[in-house]
Amino acid sequence: MSKVIVITSGKGGVGKTTSTAALGSALALQGKSVVVVDFDVGLRNLDLIMGAERRVVYDLINVTQNQAKLHQALIRDKRVENLWLLPASQTRDKDALNEKGLARLMKELRAQFDYVVCDSPAGIERGAILAMRHADEAVIVTNPEVSSVRDSDRIIGLLDSKTERAEKGAKVEKHLLITRYDQARAGRGDMLKIDDVMEILLVPLLGVIPESEQVLRASNIGQPVTLANPLSAPARAYGDAARRLLGESVMMNVPHERQNLIARIFGGRAA
Amino acid sequence: MSFLTRWWKPKEPAPSTAPVARERLQVLLSHERGATGQSNLLGLIKEDVLAAIKRHISVPSEAVHVKVERRKAISTMRISLDLPK
Repeated sequence: MSKVIVITSGKGGVGKTTSTAALGSALALQGKSVVVVDFDVGLRNLDLIMGAERRVVYDLINVTQNQAKLHQALIRDKRVENLWLLPASQTRDKDALNEKGLARLMKELRAQFDYVVCDSPAGIERGAILAMRHADEAVIVTNPEVSSVRDSDRIIGLLDSKTERAEKGAKVEKHLLITRYDQARAGRGDMLKIDDVMEILLVPLLGVIPESEQVLRASNIGQPVTLANPLSAPARAYGDAARRLLGESVMMNVPHERQNLIARIFGGRAA
Repeated sequence: MSFLTRWWKPKEPAPSTAPVARERLQVLLSHERGATGQSNLLGLIKEDVLAAIKRHISVPSEAVHVKVERRKAISTMRISLDLPK
């Protein structure tokens, strides 16, 4: 059974694209066939995070408007065999995405892949609504910070009203993914705790991704963090989250970077 | 000695800010969920209680503190007033 998952947040810059790439590749490493779809028409970035920016020929808009076949637009990942990317268009705007063409495309993707992971644009406008439109499940990416939590709450409302499932009286299964979490700051009372965010949003927790310099390092070289440095704390956290998406029960803990002895002695930070 | 105590004064830890964030969000979201059509029973009750209070005494809105705690099974709301003497 194929599943469509939207990665959404309302607020920009909280880690939707990073999470799409990391979760998509982690699911593929678990043996599933996965396509990650960039819905951010006009501001595409998933291609860059996946390291495929120079291989884009056709895009989402071309396929929905029948200017190209799906197989012409899909880009196969060079590292993971069963991972594919459908890039967004960079030169068009979100109005170019039409609902009929999108419905047809999603049907085609469902037939071809186990998981269709949709990277939503920020905001609550048409582009974000279309990205969640066909979703079975939603990953709500939230930073432990007031504006991000507020926007996530808004997105949860939209998932319950604007999706195809909601219109049929069914539910989109929602998962909370807390990113950029800093355990030390939360411990000092300077950052919302995981329990605080869960209690406010009332969405079950999928995972907690610790704040880490590995995320920027991975994006610099165009690799999902799960592939760039599989043993790093965020990669392990994304791997755990992916396994939970697959229905495994994985103990919830926040991975932290392993410090070597020298770094510990000199108080340096782990690489 | 005074210059020493000035240097050695132990730093007071900054008060924690996360509880403030949490409370602000709870109040705000109970309000906004109503405006966007999500369940807002608590928000409606809050408005009604405040209206009832204002019928008897006039209190400035900054004298009213509303705290909402949402849990899975139950939610609680505490409204406290700074009453004028």
